[in-house]
Amino acid sequence: MPFIPHTDQDVATMLDAIGARSIDDLFDEIPASLRCGPLDVPPGESEMEVTAALTQRARRDEPGPCFLGAGAYDHHIPAAVWDICSRGEYMTAYTPYQAEASQGTLQLIHEFQTMMAALTGMEVSNASVYDGASALAESVLMAVRANRRTRRRGAPSAGRETATTRVVVAGAVHPHYVDTARNIVKGQCIRLEATGFDANGTVDLARLEALLAEPPAAVVVQQPNCLGLLEPVDEVVAAAHASGALVIAVANPISLALLAPPGDWHERGADIVCGDGQPLGIPLSSGGPYFGYICTRRDFVRQLPGRIVGLTEDTGGQPGYALTLQAREQHIRRGKATSNICTNQGLLVTAATVYMSLLGAAGLNAIASRCHATTRKLVEELTSIDGVQQRFTGPFFHECVLDVGRDAEGVAEQTATAGVTGGFPLGRWYPELANCLLVCATEKRSEADIVAYRDILCRILIHPERPANGSASEGSR
Amino acid sequence: MSTSIFDIGAPGRGAAAQRPAPGDVSDLTPEALRRKPPRLPEVSELQAVRHYTNLSRRNFSIDNQFYPLGSCTMKYNPRGAHRIASLPGFAGRHPLAELAASQGFLACLHELQEVLKAATGMAAVSAAPMAGAQGEFAGIAMIRAYHDARGDTERREIIVPDAAHGTNPASAVMCGYAAREVPVGADGDVDFEALKAAVGEQTAGIMLTNPSTCGVFERRIADIADVVHDAGGLLYYDGANLNAILGTARPGDMGFDVLHVNLHKTFATPHGGGGPGAGPVGANERLAPYLPTPMAAKEDDTYRWVEPADAPDSIGRLSAFAGNAGILLRALAYARMLGRDGMRRVGEFATLNANYLMERLRQAGFELAYPERRASHEFVITFRQEAKEFGISAMDIAKRLLDHGIHAPPTYFPLLVPECFLIEPTETETKEELDAFVAALTQVLGEVRTDPERVKTAPHTLPSARLDDVKAARDLRLVHGAD
Repeated sequence: MPFIPHTDQDVATMLDAIGARSIDDLFDEIPASLRCGPLDVPPGESEMEVTAALTQRARRDEPGPCFLGAGAYDHHIPAAVWDICSRGEYMTAYTPYQAEASQGTLQLIHEFQTMMAALTGMEVSNASVYDGASALAESVLMAVRANRRTRRRGAPSAGRETATTRVVVAGAVHPHYVDTARNIVKGQCIRLEATGFDANGTVDLARLEALLAEPPAAVVVQQPNCLGLLEPVDEVVAAAHASGALVIAVANPISLALLAPPGDWHERGADIVCGDGQPLGIPLSSGGPYFGYICTRRDFVRQLPGRIVGLTEDTGGQPGYALTLQAREQHIRRGKATSNICTNQGLLVTAATVYMSLLGAAGLNAIASRCHATTRKLVEELTSIDGVQQRFTGPFFHECVLDVGRDAEGVAEQTATAGVTGGFPLGRWYPELANCLLVCATEKRSEADIVAYRDILCRILIHPERPANGSASEGSR
Repeated sequence: MSTSIFDIGAPGRGAAAQRPAPGDVSDLTPEALRRKPPRLPEVSELQAVRHYTNLSRRNFSIDNQFYPLGSCTMKYNPRGAHRIASLPGFAGRHPLAELAASQGFLACLHELQEVLKAATGMAAVSAAPMAGAQGEFAGIAMIRAYHDARGDTERREIIVPDAAHGTNPASAVMCGYAAREVPVGADGDVDFEALKAAVGEQTAGIMLTNPSTCGVFERRIADIADVVHDAGGLLYYDGANLNAILGTARPGDMGFDVLHVNLHKTFATPHGGGGPGAGPVGANERLAPYLPTPMAAKEDDTYRWVEPADAPDSIGRLSAFAGNAGILLRALAYARMLGRDGMRRVGEFATLNANYLMERLRQAGFELAYPERRASHEFVITFRQEAKEFGISAMDIAKRLLDHGIHAPPTYFPLLVPECFLIEPTETETKEELDAFVAALTQVLGEVRTDPERVKTAPHTLPSARLDDVKAARDLRLVHGAD
């Protein structure tokens, strides 16, 4: 019996104490008609057997060099990060409701909040939400509550006429984030309206002005945007604030060690900063578990969803940590809570906190600048292939859109067959970019990786009749 | 508290082995760049490792302590499952990798969907939701999508028992519904007459946990299903307590239309100090078209993602990628180790342990909230007598229990039982551990009578004495060194 420690003698003694004849007796309050027969699942296997079977599957997906980003990034993870996270004291603890028995997790989260506030240039941070996309959804709900003009009493109700609240999405924001936010907020009569991007791949400022004519609750802008490009964030903040809208920034935390933090944009800075913490020491792992972060200014802290840790004192006057502002949360406020969210992504926050401690500001900055330079090198090599060119010419961080001159979907597939994760075919998001691949090179990509990828891509594009998995480097200039 | 990571470093110090050579950024304009570096720790690798290793020792955890947290199912989290999810092919797979490089993962996702269908009696499963509360949101959004698709737009209410988890009404409100509470009777079952009176043409659905948060099986569930269905409403099953009936009874057979499963409870994935979890949703034929994406599909021997074109009525995606994929892998590894018989035994032994512990506590003089009922996998005891006689609260007793090296059960939940504990031992604990719990709680109860001050001022042996929640909220200190 896997993981069940009872001996036959234990069972007999326990049933005797209860006064039951069999374990089955203990289910006598369940009507017989609702009992089920044996489940239609296979018999159990040993750990060794399961490991062997699933290892075989894992091997099928073992990736070659990864030039794909699009919201999840293949960074080096220091060995110490997951060695520490895998300690049972972190991995198998529950939510730190019993503060005195959870000072480890609580202090760690407080340190995390401090680091995230510093990175984003904001004053406060929560203890995380599920992922970057759900962080955006929660940030939209938060902005609607925090904006004086759109603040409402109580939530709208199905079947009743309720005025719609608008939120404007400026520029190229990750389509999966926008979809997620739309799906989560629509029950509360909040509508997202998108400016789209212009020929530069960044926000169409004229369209933004038009959408601000009737002021929305908030404007969302992603920096760097989902095409890797730097948005004119100062202009966006200026326009949004002038209209009375709050600004929600979506930011890659690694980029914040290099680029101007949202707290510094224009005069007042962004009002809410959110994003995905995956680049901070979390494996790609098919998309999760990652964590979403939300930081904001102190004035809005009571509208911030999710757990928050505060420093306090014990009865002896000694400092210690506890969850705080719990009156916002569902287990106290029930239907009037700021969100239904109950968990944070504690273990991933643990990874990110250890990661940021190991790297420090200088280390994060080195990684960010190295990613930028490596991606420039990648772009230089790939555009040396006939017919491959940069689609947009503006500055980028560590991702770039390359036009490969034909349907990028097939090209991405062929690079995968050749053993390289070659980039994201953007036609899946934007039909007008069907010939474009979004490519990324983190600090993990060596010059040899880049040259090998160039050769593979060259063979696919220039000599499509030859198998793409050879090693010769002919075909590029 | 121990010294903050911010107070043990020195300017210019760092973990040099983790730093790549900086790259050239001269092509970026100065306005785009950060002017002042963020204030992050400046410590050596050893300092960081030592700091976080020492902090970990200030936590209780399943690996260290008995953790009988009702409604949370703190069972053993198999290390084998953790190791499998960490295999390079799984940990390194990019979420947007091409199908040719995704067949291993998709096979696992598809297999998990099938296991959950079998365990719950549902027609289809989506493993996309990232936690129980997101599963609840998905389920209620599906109910709303179903009614809306039929043009049935006047249904405004979701019914929720007053004993329910706080996430239930909060999820209903997030989907634009009003949450209407119905009372739970003295026997722990929903007050059926009150329920009948509450159900009507305004009812979109009902959210129920079964066994309930009172630790008893809702005996009239079939009647409840009839009443709600007859009024055109739908039934949502909150899977928080599925561990109690795994392999014995299935929500799909009880009349539920849609449900979520907490993989971090029933399927033994680690709680991680407050997450990650995973909350897959299952639905019957009627609601299956509305399931959230992405899902895995199988055609012949090839796996693929369910595309928007395959699921035009879906409530859509709820995360950037495929939910908490690594948690889904852990749950699958666990499910395969259990197999058919192992799953049934989970429910059986969780129930055996709870009923044994309840009986031992009854005999030791503790007051049960529902003394006439069987325990499910958990049960409620109340200290209302002690509160009255000695001015002791359930929280005081909880804190004193920590001094015995036992994590305290939830206090004050369910909200309708005064001064209560909700106790869930899980199937992975030994009889000896349960006996030790009875001895510890008995000792604390003795102390309540002989030395109540000692209990009121507990804990006495932990890194912190009782922490001041009120001060934490009144005098907000949310980042280090800001005040």
